[in-house]
Amino acid sequence: MKRPIYMDSHSTTPIDPRVLEAMLPYFTEKFGNSASRNHSFGFEAEEAVEIARKQIAQLIHADQKELIFTSGATESDNLALKGVAEMYSEKGNHIITAMTEHRAVIDSAKSLEKRGYSVTYLSVDKDGLINPDDVRHAITNKTILISIMLANNEIGTINPIAEIGAIAKEKEVLFHCDATQGVGKIPVDVSTLGVDLMSFSAHKIYGPKGIGALYLRRKAPRARVTPMLDGGGHERGFRSGTLPVPLIVGFGKACEICEQEMESEAMRLSTLRERLHAGIAKGLDDIYLNGHPTKRLPHNLNISFAYVEGEAMLMGINDIALSSGSACTSATLEPSYVLRALGVGSDLAHSSIRFGLGRFNTEEEVDYVISQVIKTVNRLREMSPLYEMAKEGINLKAVQWASN
Amino acid sequence: MAYSDKVTDHYNNPRNMGSFPKNEENVGTGMVGAPECGDVMKLQVKVEDEVIVDAKFKTFGCGSAIASSSLATEWLKGKTVEQAYDIKNTEIVKELALPPVKIHCSVLAEDAIKAAIADYRKKTPQEEPEAKDTE
Repeated sequence: MKRPIYMDSHSTTPIDPRVLEAMLPYFTEKFGNSASRNHSFGFEAEEAVEIARKQIAQLIHADQKELIFTSGATESDNLALKGVAEMYSEKGNHIITAMTEHRAVIDSAKSLEKRGYSVTYLSVDKDGLINPDDVRHAITNKTILISIMLANNEIGTINPIAEIGAIAKEKEVLFHCDATQGVGKIPVDVSTLGVDLMSFSAHKIYGPKGIGALYLRRKAPRARVTPMLDGGGHERGFRSGTLPVPLIVGFGKACEICEQEMESEAMRLSTLRERLHAGIAKGLDDIYLNGHPTKRLPHNLNISFAYVEGEAMLMGINDIALSSGSACTSATLEPSYVLRALGVGSDLAHSSIRFGLGRFNTEEEVDYVISQVIKTVNRLREMSPLYEMAKEGINLKAVQWASN
Repeated sequence: MAYSDKVTDHYNNPRNMGSFPKNEENVGTGMVGAPECGDVMKLQVKVEDEVIVDAKFKTFGCGSAIASSSLATEWLKGKTVEQAYDIKNTEIVKELALPPVKIHCSVLAEDAIKAAIADYRKKTPQEEPEAKDTE
């Protein structure tokens, strides 16, 4: 077993060797600019881009003409929110999104607020789910966009996108979905989900970093955005800039592999995830699952380990790459805003660990992670005054803490 | 974020981790921080003739918080109560090479030292031992 073990797939994934193989010729002999319309180098590049566009469109059941390439999901989110806001500013100035969205959506919305737009940030239930009725009630005659994520990057909760999509259609409001964590992991069909714009990227699905896409529905309704970049008018004018052909080829190949293997991979990963969860639960008491028990991504596990702090845990299991909701390293010292939005107490938010299983994780690795997590939590609990107090029967919630 | 070697060493080999019985006459206990803030430190000193003969800690917090309290117990041992009062968080920052975002861990350690001594003083007033009866 090779160490360190990578189990942080919500952050990024390694390039699948098959993807890399497909990309390589486009760095060297097939280096043409896909916008060069008058020689074979350009034709070759353009053909490769269009094949990839088709592969990507197939995975989300879209038409290839409905995809715009961007630098990644952050850019797609920005283009969707700011681009719709600007394009439809005469129609209205209200946007609906949620408190648990990715920063790329929330901060785009905040930036629009500074420019005079009004934004509703919906709250979620204790499992992280959006209530579609809340979306319905938030819609006004000024609402121009709803932006709700498919699956959450921390807790893996999968939102009722199709229901929200139906409401958006009924109310004739454009619907953007940040599907970065869901595409390639769970089935995504832009028509059944009823989304009009959708953001996602390659590097979460074993493709290269630096390439993403924005899906823009072409009809019923036609979704348009005001471009953010001025230039050569690439991507039907929505996103200027020479296309990174090797990255696009890799994105396409990654989507093709996902389409073929997603079903079996999801089964394998959810089995590994259950093994991980059960193994940890067997060895430790006072652990809490964050996120929805069933409506969640197959490869996501997020657990709070009471009485120990997340960053200290990660330090103890430093040969395993994981992530924590403890923002002990952030400037604000605030724990995860996603967990806080679920109503998870700050103490348990500080104690949370996110496990993101991936294509290359093995059962042997999962078993090693289980043993290391148990060992580290037990060691830190021995060191924890909170654990000592809890064992003495003291109700930690009732203690008057000398706040710092 | 990379940890300094000293932080890693204290984290892996904490010095004086554990607890004294709180009720003992010559034990002072300081508990600072709050679970909501992600840091709670318990620091205890055992005092004989105004000298800290032993110290123990338990900490809920990140590696730097654990290291700060572990280091504090090391420094406390052998010091008089008066000398212990002079331990400054900046010395802890320097010794452990804490980055700016972790300075609050050292502040917490200094607070814990002061709280432990204050608790000891409350139990065993030094200047006027008779005062205990009048309270």
